[in-house]
Amino acid sequence: MSFLDYAPAPESQAVLNLRPDYGLFINGDFVAGRGVPFQTINPATEKPIAMIAHANTADVDTAVAAARRAYDRTWSKLSGSDRGKYLFRIARLVQERARELAVAETLDNGKPIKESRDVDVPLVAAWFFYYAGWADKLDHAGVGPTPSSRGVAAQVIPWNFPLLMLAWKIAPALAAGNTVVLKPAETTSLTALLFAEILQQADLPAGVVNIVTGGRETGQALVGHPDVNLVAFTGSTGAGRAIARSVAGTDKKVILELGGKAANIVFDDAPIDQAVEGIVNGIFFNQGHVCCAGSRLLVQESIHDDVIDRLKQRLSTLRLGDPLDKNTDIGAINSADQLQRIRELTDIGEQEGGERWSPACVLPDSGFWFAPTIFTNVSTSHRIARDEVFGPVLSVLTFRTPAEAIAKANNTPYGLSAGIWTEKGSRILAVADKLRAGVIWANTFNRFDPASPFGGYKESGYGREGGRHGLAAYLKPAAGGSAARTVAAPADASPELDAKAPVSRKKAAK
Amino acid sequence: MTSSQSAMAQLNNGDRAVALLGGEATDANLRRYLHGIPGIDAVGLEQRAADLGSRSVKTSSKKWALDKIISLIDLTTLEGADTPGKVRSLVGKALTPDPGDPTCPRVAAVCVYGDLVPIAVEALGSAHAAGTATGISVAAVATAFPSGRASLAVKLADVGDAVTGGADEIDMVIDRGAFLSGRFGQVYDEIVAVKEACKRADGSHAHLKVILETGELNTYDNVRRASWLAILAGGDFIKTSTGKIAPAATLPVTLSMLEVVRDWKRLTGARVGVKPAGGIRTSKDAIKYVVSVAETVGEEWLTPSLFRFGASSLLNDVLMQRQKMTTGHYSGPDYVTID
Repeated sequence: MSFLDYAPAPESQAVLNLRPDYGLFINGDFVAGRGVPFQTINPATEKPIAMIAHANTADVDTAVAAARRAYDRTWSKLSGSDRGKYLFRIARLVQERARELAVAETLDNGKPIKESRDVDVPLVAAWFFYYAGWADKLDHAGVGPTPSSRGVAAQVIPWNFPLLMLAWKIAPALAAGNTVVLKPAETTSLTALLFAEILQQADLPAGVVNIVTGGRETGQALVGHPDVNLVAFTGSTGAGRAIARSVAGTDKKVILELGGKAANIVFDDAPIDQAVEGIVNGIFFNQGHVCCAGSRLLVQESIHDDVIDRLKQRLSTLRLGDPLDKNTDIGAINSADQLQRIRELTDIGEQEGGERWSPACVLPDSGFWFAPTIFTNVSTSHRIARDEVFGPVLSVLTFRTPAEAIAKANNTPYGLSAGIWTEKGSRILAVADKLRAGVIWANTFNRFDPASPFGGYKESGYGREGGRHGLAAYLKPAAGGSAARTVAAPADASPELDAKAPVSRKKAAK
Repeated sequence: MTSSQSAMAQLNNGDRAVALLGGEATDANLRRYLHGIPGIDAVGLEQRAADLGSRSVKTSSKKWALDKIISLIDLTTLEGADTPGKVRSLVGKALTPDPGDPTCPRVAAVCVYGDLVPIAVEALGSAHAAGTATGISVAAVATAFPSGRASLAVKLADVGDAVTGGADEIDMVIDRGAFLSGRFGQVYDEIVAVKEACKRADGSHAHLKVILETGELNTYDNVRRASWLAILAGGDFIKTSTGKIAPAATLPVTLSMLEVVRDWKRLTGARVGVKPAGGIRTSKDAIKYVVSVAETVGEEWLTPSLFRFGASSLLNDVLMQRQKMTTGHYSGPDYVTID
C-alpha cells in the first residue's frame, strides 16, 4: 500500500446528539410545522439524517409575529452593550460546540470535515465575536449618529455554507438591534437547528431569532410577508431577481448576494507554486460550491503550459471521498439536483470544444460525486466560461496583456470577486483598480474575515455583508439628522420587560 | 523522460550548468538565472505548509511513517565537547536504536565533525556503509563548519581530511556572506571545488550535502535561489541548516526546497536530495515533513539517498511513539536509551 493512501482517519460522530425530527424554532421553542415534514439526507451516502419540519404560510406568519413582538417589547429596548453580551455568549457557545457543529455540517452538506472544522465553524464564531463588539458602537457605523434598527429582518440563506451564511446574516442583524426570521436552505437545515439550541442555551430572549425550515415557497412567504422590514438573501441570481421583483414597491430594504464567475488572473511574473495553490483553493474549495469561486482561470499565454502542467500534477494529489475523513480534500456534491446541473454544463463544455481533464480518481458508489475537472482550450463565448457551474469545474482561458486580462475578467454579467497573481505590487494595484468585482484577492484566494465587506457588482447582487458596511445595511439613519444626538435613543433604555438579564450564567451545554 | 530531459541527462554537471545559464557560471549569468526563477509568496507558502501539516496520519500509515523516519535520520552530534567516547556511544545508538525491539530499523547515518570520522568508522566496523547501499554511513561536516569563514584552501583541506578518514558524506556550508553580497560565482566555484575534493583515490566520491543555512538567508526567495545555485554547482543534497543558527529547519523552508528539487527533476530528469536539519524534535513534526515530501516530490523521495533528517533528539521521540504503537501505552524517557 502506498503511504499516500493514508489510513482512514474518520472524525467521530459520537459527539453528535441528533434528534430523529426537528420542529420549527419560533418564539424560543421548537414547534411542529404545519406543512409536510421532509427528510434531510447525507449527500455522501444518501442515507437519511433527520426529519425536518416544513413551514407553511401560517407558520411564517407566526414566526414573523414572534419576531415583531420580540422587537417591540424586548430587543429594540436593550442597550447595545447588553445585545453585545448575548452575541459574545453565542460566539463562545459556538466555540464550545465547534466539533459537534463541524461534524453536523459535514454530515448534512457533504463538505470535508477539515473545511467545516478549520474554516466554517471558526469563521462563524469570529462573525459573532466581531459584531458583538459593534453592538454598542453603532454611532460609528457610518450612517450618522444614533442610528436605529430597521425592525424584523427576513433572511434566506443557501446550502453551500449553511452555518456560516447564518452567522453572516444573524450577527449584524442582532448587533444592530433587529429581530430575525431565517430560512435555511432545504437541503441543509440541520446546523441552523443546532444553532437554535445554542440560542436556547444562551438565553436569548424568545422571538429574537426564529428559524423556519422548508422549501422555496416557505422562503417566498417569508420575503413577501408584509410585516418584514428588511430582506437579506444569498443564493442564485435567478432567485435573487424573483425576490427583487416581489419586494419592488415596498419600503423593504434588500440585500442580495448572488452568483459569480470570478476571474483568477495569473500573470507571468506570479509566484507560480503559490498561484497553483490559489487556483486549486479558488475553485476546488468546498467542491466549488462557492459564489466567489475562481471558476475562470485567466493565465498569461506565455506560461499557460507550465501552469497547466503544475496544476494537473497538484490535482492528482487531491483526495476525494468520505467527507468525515480528516484527509479528504474534496467532499460530496450537496444534492442530486446540483450534480445534474454540473453534469449538464460540463457536457455542454465538451460539446463546445473545451478540452476536459480530471485526475484519476475513484468516485464512491452511493452519494453525489463529481471529480475535480479542468477545461482548457476554453474561449470567452463558451457557456462554461459564462454560466456559474457552482461545482468543482475550472475553465482555463488565456490573455496576452494586462489590458486584455482586465477586459476578459470584466466581461461577465457577474462581479463578485477576482484574484490577481503577480510579484509586482504596482500591477496588483493597477489591475485591481480596473476590475469590477466586489472582492479582489491579491496573491491569495477565498480568504474571509468578518472585518472585510463582501458583496458584488452587477448581477452578483447589491449591498455588502461583513465589516462596518455589513452592519450599516441593518441600520437606519436617525430621523432628525444630527439633532437626534441630544435625544435619548431607544437603544439607551435600560433592559426591561421579558428580557432576561444577560449577565446570568449560561446554562451548561446540553 | 522528455527529450529535453534526456539531452540534459547526458551532460556532465559543469556542461549542464553552462547550458542552463547560457554561459559560464559568472556572477552576472548566475544572477540573471537565479533572479529569473519565479518568486515565492511567503503567506501562500506558509499556508500550504500548514495545510500539509494538518494531514492526519494514523494507525498503519503512522507505523510506516515512524519506521521510515528512523531510517532517514542522520543521527548527529556536533558539539565542541565531542569525544571519541561520545561518538562511540552515538554509533551504538545508531546501530541499535531500540535494544528492546530487534525489528526497529537502523538510522541512515551518523553525522560528526571531521576529526572524529575515523572513530565513527571504527566503531561502526562491518556495519559501515562505505559506499554500499546497506549499512550506516558516516557524514562529516566540513568547510569551516558552521560559519564557513575560512579560506578556500582551508575548507578544501577540511574536506580532504574527512574523506581520507572514511567519510561517506560531506556536509559543507555555503559562504553566506558571498551569497548575500551577490557573489554567486564565488559560492558556485566553492561548491564545485568541494565536490572535487570529495573524490577518493579510486574515483568514487563522497556524497555532497550543501548546507544553505536558511536562517541567515532570511527570505524564501533567497532560499530558493541558493537551492538552485547549490544544485547547479553539483550538490547531491541541499540541506537547510547547521543547527547552530535559529531558526533552523522549518516546514515552509523545507517545502520551498522540495519544490526546487521537484522542478529540477522536471527540467533535467535528475534527482537531488533534501535534508532538513535542526529543530525537528518530535514524531509529530517529522511526520509533517514525510507528508510534505510525499505530496510534493512523491514517495520515491522517501529513501535515504534522497531525504534525510538531521537530528539528535528526534530519534528517541520516534522510538517512544513506536513503542506506544506496539504496546498500546506510552512509556517514558527511561525506556529509550540516551546516546
